[in-house]
Amino acid sequence: MSGAALAEPRVDLELARSHGLSEEEYERLRGVLGRDPTFTELGITSALWSEHCSYKSSRVHLREFPTSGPHVVQGPGENAGVVDVGNGWVAAFKMESHNHPSYIEPYQGAATGVGGILRDVFTMGARPIACMDSLRFGEIDAPRMRSLVDGVVRGIGDYGNCVGIPTVGGETGFHRCYNGNILVNAFALGIARRERIFRARATGPGNPILYVGSRTGRDGIHGATMASDSFDAESEKKRPTVQVGDPFTEKVLLEACLEAMRTGAIVAIQDMGAAGLTSSSFEMASRGGTGMRLDVDRVPLREPGLTPYEIMLSESQERMVVVAQRGRQEEIERVFRRWGLEVTTIGEVTASGRGEIRFHGQMAADIPIRPLTDDAPVYQRPYAPPADLAERQAEPEVPAPPVSLAETLERLLTTPELGSKEWIWRQYDHTVRTNTVQGPGGDAAVLLLKGTPTGLAMTSDVNPVYCYLDPRRGGMQAVAEAVRNLACVGAEPVGLTDCLNFGSPEIPEVMWQFRESILGMSEACRELGVPVISGNVSFYNDTEGRSIYPTPTIGMVGLVPNLGNLPDPHFNHAGDRVVLLGRDRGEFGGSAYLRLLFGIERGLPPAVDLEAERQLAALLRGLVFEGVVHAVHDLSEGGLAVALARAAFGRGLGARLRVPATPTALFSESQGRALVACSPGMVDRVLEAAEEAGVPALEIGEVGGEVLEVEASGDVLRTEVARLRQAWATALPRALGL
Amino acid sequence: MRCGVVIFPGSNCDHDVYHVLKHVLEQDVLFLWHQDETIKSCELVVLPGGWSYGDYLRGGALAALSPVMAAVKRHAAAGGLVLGVCNGFQVLLEAQLLPGAMRRNARLRFECRDVHLKVERNDLPFTRHYRVGQVIRMPIAHGEGNYEDAAEALDRLEANRQVVFRYVAPDGAPDPEWNFNGSARGIAGVTNAAGNVLGLMPHPERCAEEVLGNTDGLALFRGAVEAAVKPLLAARGGAR
Repeated sequence: MSGAALAEPRVDLELARSHGLSEEEYERLRGVLGRDPTFTELGITSALWSEHCSYKSSRVHLREFPTSGPHVVQGPGENAGVVDVGNGWVAAFKMESHNHPSYIEPYQGAATGVGGILRDVFTMGARPIACMDSLRFGEIDAPRMRSLVDGVVRGIGDYGNCVGIPTVGGETGFHRCYNGNILVNAFALGIARRERIFRARATGPGNPILYVGSRTGRDGIHGATMASDSFDAESEKKRPTVQVGDPFTEKVLLEACLEAMRTGAIVAIQDMGAAGLTSSSFEMASRGGTGMRLDVDRVPLREPGLTPYEIMLSESQERMVVVAQRGRQEEIERVFRRWGLEVTTIGEVTASGRGEIRFHGQMAADIPIRPLTDDAPVYQRPYAPPADLAERQAEPEVPAPPVSLAETLERLLTTPELGSKEWIWRQYDHTVRTNTVQGPGGDAAVLLLKGTPTGLAMTSDVNPVYCYLDPRRGGMQAVAEAVRNLACVGAEPVGLTDCLNFGSPEIPEVMWQFRESILGMSEACRELGVPVISGNVSFYNDTEGRSIYPTPTIGMVGLVPNLGNLPDPHFNHAGDRVVLLGRDRGEFGGSAYLRLLFGIERGLPPAVDLEAERQLAALLRGLVFEGVVHAVHDLSEGGLAVALARAAFGRGLGARLRVPATPTALFSESQGRALVACSPGMVDRVLEAAEEAGVPALEIGEVGGEVLEVEASGDVLRTEVARLRQAWATALPRALGL
Repeated sequence: MRCGVVIFPGSNCDHDVYHVLKHVLEQDVLFLWHQDETIKSCELVVLPGGWSYGDYLRGGALAALSPVMAAVKRHAAAGGLVLGVCNGFQVLLEAQLLPGAMRRNARLRFECRDVHLKVERNDLPFTRHYRVGQVIRMPIAHGEGNYEDAAEALDRLEANRQVVFRYVAPDGAPDPEWNFNGSARGIAGVTNAAGNVLGLMPHPERCAEEVLGNTDGLALFRGAVEAAVKPLLAARGGAR
């Protein structure tokens, strides 16, 4: 081969190691090639075999997920999963992490996280219509944390607002386990006509390969490798590996791609995400069972002098690879040029099964594709439960409320954890595209599917403390809570995407957490009938030897058959009766009550009874569909007391209630529970439906007035709604020092 | 009647406005491209919200120089109806079809929420279906909506009755707490001296359908559409 003529560093084991390859992996690469790799080949392989791109430690476990179901059009393996949502429409959605870049450079890290997930969706031919973000920050007083919060929120806002995709939901948590490694998980959903879905399969030898969008620069080189490494004090120096986003180009690229797809001249299309041109070209060829020849000197550059190695590994944003039908590329080029975008033919599909990368006619890489992608190394990493598991799960003592019930509730509601997140979502455009029927702040967001009577509901959930105490139960709980949140707006789940954030897979305890979480999620998915259609794994979320808590974030999507009867997540009619559904078992392991008031983080998290969850979800959906209830709100962190407060906040409407529970039990976090409010004439119908569904139900009082009053075994929680609401609403900006 | 919705690179409320005009009000609507030299006989031209040219330089600054704006200016000068919403309002300011300028929101943050607007006059095509003093609710979503001008200019604007909408509290009282972007004198929307060009920061197209829980914005489009058709009918001798 003529690669020797390129002035590139000579590759040896040491250089391979500095690229993150192990000795076995390096030997494996030499075996694949039958010779020493070139520098560009080493770069390509290190990116494709990185944990981020190859899923080498997670693959064997991800097989546990149920991935099929009546609605599934496209399961995992494409840029996004796709489900049928009726009336000829499909929804494509996915969630992805951008944790390390966001910790190093919060504004650009978070912004490009949004950009990447949007491209994953529109690359499928779907027009993005909604975003959500699941954010995990450290303690607010930890070093840099306030500026991280501000930077991430601004980054998400500026990017999504400019592209014009509403951010309709999400979640934000704070915990010291994220002090040195925050999480930014971005979700996007798009819609398309069923027959207009595109896939990233490069087929048809001789078809030209087009490069579209921004020029290539040196930013983000080895981003995928960075994402596959742990953090240390040196991580700050990795700032140049963070990409810089340009939402305006993204918006133009989005419109141009959707328009170009309508020409019918596009065979396949994929965005250049992690590992840039390398992963997009190799993955497309791998899926298509073909090869590719690229003349990378034709790639438009931001500055002269980039080497083939740099061109292949750059993670410059807002770029796409398009395979055109031979002879029809002009139709595609015309569209992109009209939108003011550069489009260049950089190579063609071949039948060779190889990735041939040429630079000014000289071979920079010539490497078989399959061994680098589908047949990349797979590891069955050792796993073992943590040595102190029994200690973690030891039954905690549950002290009585330290102050009055009202003050206890206020203390909880004014923590950053349980305080209102309005300060965050006010900075996101959540009404653009005029589909938002219910935006941020409720149990689930609801979007109109224009031209149909139906709505799309979506929610994002996980409780990392539950997952830390018992990852299997935590995984189950996340799925169950998402199903419950969807049921609160009358939606039946059609699929979920996940973003599995964990520490280093090389630590057996982390691998055990990973495996257990997946087993728990899978069981819940099977029992509750929700297929996993896409997802992302983010390992190496650890800093100086300390791992984050296992955080398997879930984004779940459901269908609301009829938007006409959508209830509010808060009380809305004085005189309505409140009915509590589900059973309390007095469970406090990992609860907000113990954690936020007493600093106790111990015990088994609340049990998850999947059969009971299924019954409750069916009951709620039925009640909403019938139009029997005015308000529905699920019980989660902080238990009944917090759920009641939040139900009262929406319209500033109080309630007088009486529950047969101890005062402390108002804060229990037993699962499978929800509140509904209905007119007095409907109480019997609600109780009857609950009995038919096998769900315990109890009428506990009446909505009205400006005071929330809850009597529990002689003790009374009594608080003025307006005052408490004000304290809750301003808690986060106050904690941020604003 | 024929309506045109201009697409600048970066417009992102173009489809929303199109949807209201086409599917809710059942009008003849077409998209106008920023490089078009004419407005293709449209009677109402809407400049939609978004981030035209990324709002790089200044909101609306680059869009104001695009070829289609020359045609829009001719249309406006001839008395044709022009509506600019959010970024479209910024474009109208930059194109000097309306007086004043925008600064970043006083709190220096993007703000997305419902606001309350007091209707100052209803003798315009856009406001004929509102009552003077009526308080309506509309969503805002912008980072640069802080309307500003020199004091004398603002006085002149008031004297000419060019202030059309003002941010107020839900009960209609002026209240800085409810003026989320800090606009001078609570100004949310202004018209030109002739009353055929309107710019406003809130989004009437986001509250024009029952399913979204608010229809306060629909009357604005309805008024414009009805008014636009009348001079045309007169010109055609009333025949249709």
